[in-house]
Amino acid sequence: MGVKQVVKGNFATAVAAKLARVDVVPAYPITPSTLFPEQISTYIANGEMDAELLLTESEHSAMSAAIGASASGARVATATASQGLKLMSEMLFIASGMRLPIVTAVGNRALSAPINIWCDHQDTIAERDSGWLQFYAENNQNALDLMLMAFKISEDRRVLLPSMVGLDAFVLTHTMEGVDVPLQEEVDEFLPPYKPVYTLDVKNPMTFGSFGTPAHYMEFKYQQWEAMENAQKVIDEVFSEFYEKFGRKYEKVSEYRTDDADIIILTMGSMSGTARAAVDSMREKGIKVGAAKLTVFRPFPFREIKDLSRKAKVLAVADRNISFGFGGAVFAEIAGALINEKEKPMLIDFIIGLGGRDITQEDFYKIAEISKDAIDKGKVEKMVHWINLREVQ
Amino acid sequence: MDKVNIGAVITTPGSALNYKTGSWRTLKPVLDEAKCKFCNICWQLCPDSAIEQADAKAKKPIKIDYDYCKGCGICVQECPFNALEMVEEEK
Amino acid sequence: MASDELFTSGHRGCAGCGMAAAVRMVLQEAGPNTIVANATGCLEVMTTAYPETAWKIPWIHAAFENAAAVASGIDVALKKLGKREGINILAFGGDGGTYDIGFQALSGMLERGHNITYVVFDNEAYMNTGIQRCSSTPFAASTTTSPAGKFSIGKKEKKKPIASIVAAHDIAYTATATIANYRDLKKKVRKALDAEGPSFIQIFSPCPTGWRYPSELTVELSRMAVETGIFVLWELEGSDMNKIKVTYWPKERKPVEEYLKMQRRFAHLFKPEKKTDILNKIQEEVDEKWKHLEELNEMAR
Repeated sequence: MGVKQVVKGNFATAVAAKLARVDVVPAYPITPSTLFPEQISTYIANGEMDAELLLTESEHSAMSAAIGASASGARVATATASQGLKLMSEMLFIASGMRLPIVTAVGNRALSAPINIWCDHQDTIAERDSGWLQFYAENNQNALDLMLMAFKISEDRRVLLPSMVGLDAFVLTHTMEGVDVPLQEEVDEFLPPYKPVYTLDVKNPMTFGSFGTPAHYMEFKYQQWEAMENAQKVIDEVFSEFYEKFGRKYEKVSEYRTDDADIIILTMGSMSGTARAAVDSMREKGIKVGAAKLTVFRPFPFREIKDLSRKAKVLAVADRNISFGFGGAVFAEIAGALINEKEKPMLIDFIIGLGGRDITQEDFYKIAEISKDAIDKGKVEKMVHWINLREVQ
Repeated sequence: MDKVNIGAVITTPGSALNYKTGSWRTLKPVLDEAKCKFCNICWQLCPDSAIEQADAKAKKPIKIDYDYCKGCGICVQECPFNALEMVEEEK
Repeated sequence: MASDELFTSGHRGCAGCGMAAAVRMVLQEAGPNTIVANATGCLEVMTTAYPETAWKIPWIHAAFENAAAVASGIDVALKKLGKREGINILAFGGDGGTYDIGFQALSGMLERGHNITYVVFDNEAYMNTGIQRCSSTPFAASTTTSPAGKFSIGKKEKKKPIASIVAAHDIAYTATATIANYRDLKKKVRKALDAEGPSFIQIFSPCPTGWRYPSELTVELSRMAVETGIFVLWELEGSDMNKIKVTYWPKERKPVEEYLKMQRRFAHLFKPEKKTDILNKIQEEVDEKWKHLEELNEMAR
């Protein structure tokens, strides 16, 4: 078994990179992810980690260098957030298109303007089409574990796509929590060295990043689609292998008190614990409410969401992001996933906690109340609600 | 579906040789072998690697590879011995 | 067919492409133990239409503005994996990908001290997208976004002195070259590869399509740029521009007019009437530059 340590979320992602024996870490500092390159540089300075830290002049160059390093056969990790992820955005699509299994920790932070350093999921959600796998941590243990698993999933030959692991700005990145840090031997057994299919090698020269004409471009995109489909199964396999090895259970969608629930509140990230506490309080008052947490957003867990949807009259989605002109992105995905189901619950979207606005149990009581009202009326009168919003003049 | 390599990686180096650019030509350079002094300047300056090197020892002049020569005329322009000239491409 | 070429026939560059000739020369000197990171641009498009590649060395393209950053990643990865020894890492960019959009990544690479040779193939405009103005475009050149017209003499600003700016990073080796002076070019490539740390070569690369001249004149234009003194062949170790070494002194500098009038991008300087003021201005600047170079040369003696 591992060693119990009380650490910040950023430390958990850095220790995961160390345990994964990452070869190259290209990085550029940004709040709230800066502790990641700091910690890696400390490991290297103290001789605790054998890796190359490449401190670039921008996030764009950090991801570009990650691509060069990964194509050279190195295991590569970096960390970023918010505007940094946006500056990387161009290269995110290229990393996945080139099928390079880079792993990036993202301190989920709101996007400008106005500039804001606190938590929401807008940064990663806006990259949902970038071809990266997306995992969301609820706590620091998740951040560490999901990072480790991300390497194994990404590097699987059936997948070969990059992964991002989201951990909420400050709520996780800067908050101390007890974490079980696995032993190096255990991680080595779980995660073998990266064996690339293609590499930049003078003995076997290949051309990377070629020009895709209309004659072939679509097939490359189809292969990426297939790889994402394959990732569904690979994620299940790796989650289950991880459970056997480390005793911590991961699911794409984890449910809490949902069996007889009329209302299920769906969450992502650190708010999930608050949601479960709120469910307990409401259950005491006889309200039939449950909670579910989405850990994997890409590939989207269609099957699990369909299974979940059969259990409730209302699926209330707590979206810590907003797609202007529609609503929350998680809500939209769920609506899409259920469109062909004969029986489906009412779906209501709740925009919550943008830019670090606190999410409290009261917010979930409000969500349950609005959901209950829809059940009573037998219809959804308003599709998108903003929770805990000041009076807007 | 055609099998394509993931990530659009090309695993056959120099496979562009399958693409014959000679058909682009409207004019073509023709060598007067007697005038070639084996200096290989044309070989060095050809943007299309479409000239085979001369061998002074073997008295072997340069040779133009019409499969790839696009007919730019640099070799003709740069030959110090006027050993090359541009002629109309026969269609 | 010259089968030992590392940059093969069958690429789709325009007939008479100056850059293609330059790439051959660079790779002939660098040899097979070379990895290239290439910026988006003509060179990438014309050489790698899947499944055909004109490269016989490991080659990677990721995006427009980041050849230097991609190359940096390769450098550290190979170091970590114990595969760096004996390998040349080159970054190739056009002038757009180097002077403009890729300048930051280039500066970062130079500052970090990677042992990488960055080569810019400078054809003085965004040719791949259709001849748009770049900071590399010379004064008075007509491009599709700086067209000559009744109220325009073409590009209003001067060409950015990229090699001097790069040298100011105090790197191991900086040089300029042309294909007409190919022995000088290859010598400089060798010096750049042998230098410990970052090196940079600016290769003047005439473009028949963008400069609008007959394709056979590509080498002649390279020569004329040097003989008129418009393009100076020089090299430098470190950052002291007072110590630059001019590697070719034209015996008698030809008037700039002779170079300009060969290209239709400057046609408006001659027709309908000769723009003597503009031509004089260009000539004066070249004269000024050479006066300075001659002074430096005197001092060095």
